[in-house]
Amino acid sequence: MENRQKIIEVTNLVKRFGDFVANDNLTFDVYEGEVFGFLGANGAGKTTAMRILCGLLHPTSGKILVAGWDAATHPEDIKKNIGYMSQKFSLYEDMTVIENIRFYGGIYGLSRTEVKSKIKEMIEKVGIGGLENKLIRELPIGWKQKLAFAVAIFHDPKIVFLDEPTGGVDPFTRRQFWGMIYDAAKSGITVFVTTHYMDEAEYCDRVSIMDNGKIVALDTPANLKKQFAVASMNDVFIKIVRPELL
Amino acid sequence: MKRMMGFIMKEILHIVRDYRTIIIVFALPTIQILLFGLVVSMDIKNIHVGVMDNSKDDVTRAIVQKIAATERFKISEVLYSSEDIDRAFKEGNINCAIIFENNFARKLKNEKKAEIGLILDGSEPNTANLTANYTMSIVRKYQEENIPIDLKITQVKPQILMHYNPQLKSAYMFVPGVIALILLMICVLMTSVSITREKEFGSMEVLLVSPLRPIQIILGKVAPYLFLSIIDVVIILLMSYFIFDLPMKGSIVLLLLESCLFITLALSLGIFISTIATNMQQAMFISLIGLLMPSMILSGFMIPIENMPDIYHYISLIMPSRWFIVIIKNIMIKGAGFWAVQVETYVLLGMTIFFIALSAKRFKIRLD
Repeated sequence: MENRQKIIEVTNLVKRFGDFVANDNLTFDVYEGEVFGFLGANGAGKTTAMRILCGLLHPTSGKILVAGWDAATHPEDIKKNIGYMSQKFSLYEDMTVIENIRFYGGIYGLSRTEVKSKIKEMIEKVGIGGLENKLIRELPIGWKQKLAFAVAIFHDPKIVFLDEPTGGVDPFTRRQFWGMIYDAAKSGITVFVTTHYMDEAEYCDRVSIMDNGKIVALDTPANLKKQFAVASMNDVFIKIVRPELL
Repeated sequence: MKRMMGFIMKEILHIVRDYRTIIIVFALPTIQILLFGLVVSMDIKNIHVGVMDNSKDDVTRAIVQKIAATERFKISEVLYSSEDIDRAFKEGNINCAIIFENNFARKLKNEKKAEIGLILDGSEPNTANLTANYTMSIVRKYQEENIPIDLKITQVKPQILMHYNPQLKSAYMFVPGVIALILLMICVLMTSVSITREKEFGSMEVLLVSPLRPIQIILGKVAPYLFLSIIDVVIILLMSYFIFDLPMKGSIVLLLLESCLFITLALSLGIFISTIATNMQQAMFISLIGLLMPSMILSGFMIPIENMPDIYHYISLIMPSRWFIVIIKNIMIKGAGFWAVQVETYVLLGMTIFFIALSAKRFKIRLD
């Protein structure tokens, strides 16, 4: 793993909101093509860190390189190279599947012909053939999420950031969703994903666990389980965040 | 630029998909114009006048005759005492009493000063105001025609408004107001709601992560509304010209340019509101209660600013629509050129720059 190319390098990242320290001196790297799980309890600071990596927030201090660009000096170059799927929003409800795809293709600067050829390929992958002209609001939530992921990687970004992408989705669709994540990683896209579901953490190549604004553990799921001498990521998480419960 | 076009296309889809937007944009101006034009008539007609002539000389008789000769006034009663006046008002026989003092003609000649008293029904302030103005203009006209210039009835104050709207048509008053209100409504309400909708649904984050710059997002959001607003101005102007015979004395190009300035100001206000509001209800509330309602009341559209207490008079100075209404009136009705409306134009320009700067600053703060 260590000889792979680093795609995200975070050194001494600090983010303060007034007196509150949301990110307390974070240092970590993410390697090209891996599925990187970003775990933590609610309010641990993971969404803040992710927002900083995406350029939605400025850090108080620290050095951040994403896709080879410095976040402080080249935020625009970072934006061209990343995809983002937010936990709240998937797609515009009052627009059709095709219109949404065209819109996202458009704002990432893809030409009409590029968009056209990619749409076909994508519809097959997501398995929503025949629904191209349906409004998003008519689709069930599972399909919306899958479609939103497909749209987030539509412009072939180097990294895709997923902020709790599977909230409110049934286990079967979640499995399908992770199938798509693996496919993306196989095609060379680095996946940076935050989640609450510990079974999903098992699917990641490496996970970092945040608590109170600090990264308290970072390794492969297998190594973490060994280190804490427990059987599941669920127990790893509880042992770190709430040791009194075990 | 290509990215912007895609973004604008998306905005147009939002607008087209939501039939309510279409109704607000196109039906509202039409309904408002017709409503104000046909139902809320501010014209004064059939003013019943009571005359108490204590002098009964040639001058007073001539003035009364002149008043009786106009279509609006009808001499309903001849009155002889103040009890008479009270009674006539209470019975509802008159809306206005005109009283000439004793020896009117002689005083006018010797002291160069004579008094006419006007008693009006203050429960209808607008009508009373118009009636007073109109009566004064008749008296003044009589003076101009019959009395050498050095002999003025000092109480008579010349009314400039009359000069440009001799028939006191209410269309002259409401069309500029309707234009200002519709533009505020569409630009402020629609843009603030459509931007906060992106915030509320979380799509703003997705847009901000994309290579689109914040300025492109904002411009893309407001561009369709700029276009729709200009169409609305044209619709209102055409309707007022063909249905209400409103004159277009000044330059239409100047009027449209001034409208674009006002639209830009309204759009920047909409953007500013969207940076304060966290959800659509708030945006709607701030736009309607915080901006539209005061604009309606304080911009001189429904209530003359001159009639307001001082404090409201000063508050009205910060209402963008107040300045814009003056501009429209001057250009359309008086045929004024740019120089006549430059002060108002600069005020609007200043406000626009202020709100654009403020929104830009707030938009940045929100990112941190």
